[in-house]
Parts: sequence; C-alpha cells; structure tokens
Amino acid sequence: MTAPPDDCLARNEWICGEYLTTRRHILLDAVLQHLQLTAISVLIGLALALPLAVVARRWGWAAGPVLAVTTILYTIPSLAMFSLLLPVYGLSKSLVVAGLVLYSLTLLVRNILAGLRAVPAETRQAARGLGYGPIRLLLTVELPLALPAAMAGLRIATVSAVSLVTVGAIVGFGGLGNLIYAGMNTYFKAQVLTASVLCVVIAIVADLLLLAVQRLLTPWTRAARG
Amino acid sequence: MKTLTDAWDWLTDSAHWSGDDGIWHRLAQHLVLTVVCLVISCLIALPVALVLGHLGKGGALAVNISNIGRAVPTFAVLVLLLLTPIGKWGEGPTVVALVLFAVPPLLTNAYVGMREVDRSVVQAARGMGMTGRQMLFQVELPLSLPMIMNGVRIAAVQLVATATIAALAGGGGLGRIITAGFNLADTAQVVAGAVLVAVFALVVEGIFETAERLSPRWARGER
Repeated sequence: MTAPPDDCLARNEWICGEYLTTRRHILLDAVLQHLQLTAISVLIGLALALPLAVVARRWGWAAGPVLAVTTILYTIPSLAMFSLLLPVYGLSKSLVVAGLVLYSLTLLVRNILAGLRAVPAETRQAARGLGYGPIRLLLTVELPLALPAAMAGLRIATVSAVSLVTVGAIVGFGGLGNLIYAGMNTYFKAQVLTASVLCVVIAIVADLLLLAVQRLLTPWTRAARG
Repeated sequence: MKTLTDAWDWLTDSAHWSGDDGIWHRLAQHLVLTVVCLVISCLIALPVALVLGHLGKGGALAVNISNIGRAVPTFAVLVLLLLTPIGKWGEGPTVVALVLFAVPPLLTNAYVGMREVDRSVVQAARGMGMTGRQMLFQVELPLSLPMIMNGVRIAAVQLVATATIAALAGGGGLGRIITAGFNLADTAQVVAGAVLVAVFALVVEGIFETAERLSPRWARGER
C-alpha cells in the first residue's frame, strides 16, 4: 500500500490547481455541453420570438394573449418546467433545450415588442410616404430601430440561459451543472467551485460578446450619444 | 395523456398528502420559506435602496447588482453554501441563497423608483421647507411605491423558484416532491410535483396582480 498523495485534491480544498490539470477533459466537455445547450436554446427562442413579436405588433389583439402566455411561462420555476416537459421529451437534451427555449422566448418577445412599439409614428409615416411597402418597412425601418431593445433582451435571455442550464443536471444534461451536482453528492469542493466560477465566466463573456455585436450592428446609437 | 391521468391519480391519493414527505408539509415549508425570506430580504434591501435613492448615490451599484444576480446560477450558490459550514444548520443554505437572490430585484426597483420621482416635485417639497426625512416619507416613498411593489413581486416569484431548486441541494419545500420522483423514476410523481410548484408560483403572482388592481389609483403607477 502506498500512502495517499498529500495534494490539494486529497485535502479537498476549494481552489486546486491539481484538479484543473487532471480533470481538464471533463471540464472541457462540460463547458462545451453548456455552450451548446445555451446557444441552441437561445437561437430557437429568437427564431420563435421574432415572428411572434411582429404578429403582436401588427395585429393589436394578438399582443394581449402573447404577453399573457409568455408571462405565465416565465412565472413557472425552472425545475418545475423541466419536470412538466418530462413526459414529452424523456431524459434528454431536448428536454433542457425546450425548457430554456420557453424562458428565452418570453424575454425576447417582450423586448422585441417593446422595441417595435417604440419606433416613432412619424418615422413610419415618412417611410410610407416614400413608398415603402409593409414588408420593406418592417425589414429596413422598424426592425433596425428595434434592434437596441431586441439586443438588450437577447443579452438578458443568454445570461439567464447560461445560469438555468445548470438546473438541467436533474436529467443529466446540465453542462457544468452536472459537475456541480456530482460534486455536491461527493462533497468535492474544488469541482463545485471551479464549475460555478466557469458558469459565471461564460455568462459574462457571452454578455460582453453580445454587447460588442450590438455596438457593431447599431453604429448610429453611438454617434448620437457621442 | 396517460402520464397526466397518472399524475392526477397521484395528486388525489390522500396518502400522498399526509406525513413528513406529504404535500401539506412540503407546501407549508415552501410557504414559510418564501414569506420569511421575503420579509428578511425587504428588511435588508428596502432601507438601503431608499436611503441611496434619497441621496442619489450608489446608482451604478444598485442597478448592476441585478445583472450580477442574473449571471450567478442559483443551483451553484446553493451547492457552494451547502459545502461551507452554513450547510450544517438545516435550512441555512436555502435561507441564505433565497435572500441573496431576492435582494437584487428589490434593491434595483426601489432605487430606480426613488430616482424616477419627478425632480420638480422634490424641489417643490424642499421649497415648502420639508426636511430630508419628511421628503423621503411623505413625497418620495409614496410616489415610488408602484416600482417598489413591482420589485417585491419579482422578488416573490424569484423566491418561489429558488426555493424549488433548493430541493436539488437537499432543502425542503415542494421541489422535494419532484426530486423524490426523479430518484424513484416515477414520472407521475415528477409531473404532479411540477404542477403543484407551477400552481403555487402562479397563485403568488396572482395575489400580487390582485393586490395591485385593488390598490388605490395613486399607488398603482401608470400600468
């Protein structure tokens, strides 16, 4: 019998360089799953939210029901949401994605709709006076002007999704949440802290990236301010 | 469809309502956790937000704290707390995590509400010779009440959600019915627990909605 090694893993310390080097692959896999789940969910959410917001803007009567349903969806706690989807999707990645799509959808619809509603009536009338049809008006005038509000929604939705993916650990597809869940059951401090910090880092980096994209897409907002 | 009828059968079985793992006990735990932590969070966040808002200081902090709160996963905080010495006293990690996540929306909304009070009204109050304290309690606080209540409502919904996730880290509350269902691979129980949690959350939201509708017009804001 060799004596157990006396390193930070054996001492179960919170911060452990040994953990980072020996579990590099596990961490990388978890981060990749985390990014994948977040990206797919937010993109599907965006693809659904955009037409919903446009419909709610064009036909006023649709706005009430759309906002009411999304508010109800958003009120349901994440763990319950994943559980309600269990009979439909089983223990799968799709279940986590579906749950996250519903949350992103809510945040995106609200923000895009707010952005579309904030387009000044004079601007729309001016475009119409120049002979813009409804589709050209939407694509070249209304949507670009709604972009800052939509991007704000996209940033909130992405950051929330990064954080909510961890709850997916209940069905085994939680990205870094899986490591946190496993670390909790084995009392593995370094694993829980490392995975938690990585979650926050992913959220911050994603937020900053989207902020940069927003700046690139809406140069006029900077010109007006500066 | 079969899962739904199974979940209904699970819910209507009186054996599942009594005892320490029963629905009544879990419901009471969830309710107590939510109410107690909401009161604690309000006692911490509102005085700070009102004073900062009155003085017009610390705005960046009060607004950014909400964004930071959103980036930190609830589940991660619960597990981290569980592994610290706090984890040894029963519901300790749950209470601390619940308060941590309820404070940011309270702080941000109350602060923004205080700052959005029409400056000319505040100046008029000062011109009438009101002291700082009188201005805070008789002018700024009543005018920012709709935003403050909006913060309380967001915090309450957040508390219900966090208390549910607490079950993953061994905390009490309705979430335990869901996690127990997962451990037993009993889909009917998982769905039944989820329905209970969802209804609980919607009832909480509904209570605030009703309170807002019944409140006098000045306290309702523009919405």
